[in-house]
Amino acid sequence: MKQKQIAELLNEPGCDHNDKSKSGCARPKPGASAGGCAFDGAQIALLPIADVAHIVHGPIACAGNSWDNRGTRSSGPTLYRLGMTTDLTEQDVIMGRGEKRLFHAIKQALDDYRPAAVFVYNTCVPAMIGDDIEAVCRAASERWGTPVVPVDGAGFYGSKNLGNRIAGEAMLKYVIGTADKAPKPVHPAGIPVYDVNLIGEYNIAGELWNVLPLFDELGLRVLCTLSGDARFHEVQSMHQAEVNMMVCSKAMVNVARKLKNEYGTPWFEGSFYGVRDTSQALRDFAAQIDDPDLIQRTEQVIAREEARLDRALEPWRRQLTGKRVLLYTGGVKSWSVVSALQDLGMEVVATGTKKSTEEDKARIKELMGDAAVMLDGGNARQLLDKVAEYHADMLIAGGRNLYTALKARLPFLDINQEREFGYAGYVGMEELARQLTMSLSNPVWQQVRTPAPWLNSPQTTRAS
Amino acid sequence: MTDLKPSTVTPRTKALAINPLKASQPLGATLACLGIRQSIPLLHGSQGCSAFAKVFLVQHFREPIPLQTTAMDQVSTVMGGDDSIIEALETLCTKSSPALILVTTTGLTETQGSDVRRVISQFRLDYPQFAATRIVPLNTPDFKGCLETGFARAVEAMIDSLVAPSETAAARPQQLNLLASSSLTPADIELLKSWVEAFGFTPIVLPDLSDSLGHLVDLDFSPLTLGGTPVSAFDQIGNSAATLVIGRSLFKAGQLLQERTGVHSHRFDHLMGMHACDQFIQCLHRLSGKPVPAFIERQRAQLQDAMVDTHFQLGLAPVAVAADPELLGALCEWLTLMGARVVAGVTPIATRKLAELPCNQIKVGDLADLEQLATAGGAELLIGNTHLVDCAERLGIPLLRAGFPQYDHYGAHRRCWIGYGGSAQTLFDIANLRLHSDPHRIATYHSYLSQKRDTPLTDAEHAQHGGAR
Repeated sequence: MKQKQIAELLNEPGCDHNDKSKSGCARPKPGASAGGCAFDGAQIALLPIADVAHIVHGPIACAGNSWDNRGTRSSGPTLYRLGMTTDLTEQDVIMGRGEKRLFHAIKQALDDYRPAAVFVYNTCVPAMIGDDIEAVCRAASERWGTPVVPVDGAGFYGSKNLGNRIAGEAMLKYVIGTADKAPKPVHPAGIPVYDVNLIGEYNIAGELWNVLPLFDELGLRVLCTLSGDARFHEVQSMHQAEVNMMVCSKAMVNVARKLKNEYGTPWFEGSFYGVRDTSQALRDFAAQIDDPDLIQRTEQVIAREEARLDRALEPWRRQLTGKRVLLYTGGVKSWSVVSALQDLGMEVVATGTKKSTEEDKARIKELMGDAAVMLDGGNARQLLDKVAEYHADMLIAGGRNLYTALKARLPFLDINQEREFGYAGYVGMEELARQLTMSLSNPVWQQVRTPAPWLNSPQTTRAS
Repeated sequence: MTDLKPSTVTPRTKALAINPLKASQPLGATLACLGIRQSIPLLHGSQGCSAFAKVFLVQHFREPIPLQTTAMDQVSTVMGGDDSIIEALETLCTKSSPALILVTTTGLTETQGSDVRRVISQFRLDYPQFAATRIVPLNTPDFKGCLETGFARAVEAMIDSLVAPSETAAARPQQLNLLASSSLTPADIELLKSWVEAFGFTPIVLPDLSDSLGHLVDLDFSPLTLGGTPVSAFDQIGNSAATLVIGRSLFKAGQLLQERTGVHSHRFDHLMGMHACDQFIQCLHRLSGKPVPAFIERQRAQLQDAMVDTHFQLGLAPVAVAADPELLGALCEWLTLMGARVVAGVTPIATRKLAELPCNQIKVGDLADLEQLATAGGAELLIGNTHLVDCAERLGIPLLRAGFPQYDHYGAHRRCWIGYGGSAQTLFDIANLRLHSDPHRIATYHSYLSQKRDTPLTDAEHAQHGGAR
């Protein structure tokens, strides 16, 4: 990928902070960096497409160290769970045999697994030795008649966030608009059916299925989720939706923006974390579609669900009210989770904004007031210091910080992709409350903070 | 019954690896570095190289893993990454003054041709204030070797960089060196230390993962490793009475240490099974001149008891194993000595020892290969990492988790596989898995001529009611 193309992706017009320094896109500092690379971002953005063979073209580290470790779920095909890689050898690199190996690898995947399509992810080594993966994909596609899509996001191109965008760009360039959607089904309740897309929803732990029944009830057909539990054909037909929702921050905002520019599809940003946000997302769909009957039915569903959830959360709320939380996550979750926690009566003492846009920060201020404490980056040491400074009872962050918290004998909740529980939608709030209570009021904390009795007894001294 | 015929070894043939078994060399090197106190590994590559390795190790050990990156970007990849190494070293030294930094290359920087040694020399000249931090360079391209070789190369590199030539072998006659390979868990190393100490020796373990992974400490956080072999031990290592090398992958490291210091190396392929443990205890007995402690003799007798108890389940059991070469070898040998048949073995790289292993078929390959060979060989049990869960389900046979990574399972690093007790535990686990899966149960037969009038049970009902024995 050329430097110019990368610069274009970083200058996303859909982001409001473009006139300012790019907080989410800053150059990583050697010796003090955490987080993945562009390949990581490209791969996680597309891997959940379930009927595609995902081939990582590179040496073993890229796929071998990372495959099969995300909690995203499929309701059908399991092809996406296979780890496929060209596992380049030293001979391949020296003799320039990477392209040839890739070509044969694509054939092997097609012969053995009959996928709907093949996605080929570029990595650092083939990018450096000049493998033309686009040409290989084109040749393979023509030869065998199955779409083969290059995703050129080698690690050194930049951050994980950039990788997300590269993935979105590949879908726009090679996949979206290449097939028509299936005809609209007849709704069992006789109401009209509208087609929508969810962009940036990954169905972690199956949490999409917490909200999908409400979509069905309202007559909203999800044409495609990019990319949780998606099929290749669904991505092909994304251009024919009536509304798009950007679910997880602005990582793939380029997709929403270009769908608007090219096909006129309106889009909005939202979240399914927390009661307020879930209700708001449903309202936004109805408002965008602008069908008075849908708007009214949506309000009825929201009223019913909120009332039911309110009763269900009551016992949890009693235990959680007033507990202090330090939230350290990125992007949309820096505000969407805040509202979810506030709905449970908890107090968010500070929130992380490292990967948040200016718009995200404005939303935080709306929720937490102008004095909201925002942590713009921070290593494990700084996080623990902040926990102490603000007397937080617990840390909520990504899996990366899980064991940092546990080693410090601090209650923790994992809010990122690797987690095993789904917190989306009204149903997800109950699970969130259960997990929070389970951790916060667990008797282990007292025990692991207790020193051995002999350390306090005056007669004995500690052996060296 | 014991078929000790050596195996046929097939090299990699496919263009595409499906469900890779291999983890990369830099990941193995990182693991080795975690066994050195107050240290941090620095991967010279893009951010993802270290992010993936970190997540891999964090999920396996359920521990925070200190690991940093030179964060190569477009400019440094094209124009050269020397400045990135210097900047990373300076940052690490300033922020946390590590005792040791292990600088390992990756696929990216090896392809680039980065000369890490020269850059480190330059850093030494330009930043004399950081002389207290030892810096060890290491070449570990991703496109060669695997976790096991990366770990071994890191141990060699540390010996090469940190052990000065000496002729003071046995100056401390009660001190023993233990070189512990990547196939040993922290619990295994814990056992080794207790054995060595039981003979009156003080061990220097290299690297000592048992001291750095798997326990809560007083300190709430450290950017460096919290325990492990102290760097000062490298100055003492030449004074030991002997070096015990556990794991074939570290034989070269043992050789290097012996050449450097004259401390004699005693080599052990692995410590699984009675015979292997006997050799090790005999060695300690000879070196110390002390009688074998009674508790070790009891452990040996307990293993013998476990062997006779479980041989009903192990004998003739067809097993398929996927692991790095050394662990594969250990399991093949121990299970074969129990009368089991290793019908298929898969390992990520070729080594000389593979052809000697008692295993019908060994393939250098991936887990899809294992699935195929296990099916063809009629395997009734799989041994390997977490990635085999789906495969075991498809084949309808149980899985014993071993090797890296095991992230769907608690306590992988606390499990002891070696010694008399660890060897017995493996037998119990396999025997129980077979007992519960019951592969040789006779299928119910309904005679179509019979005059019985009851409704035949479904398979599920059989499992529920028919299981009573």
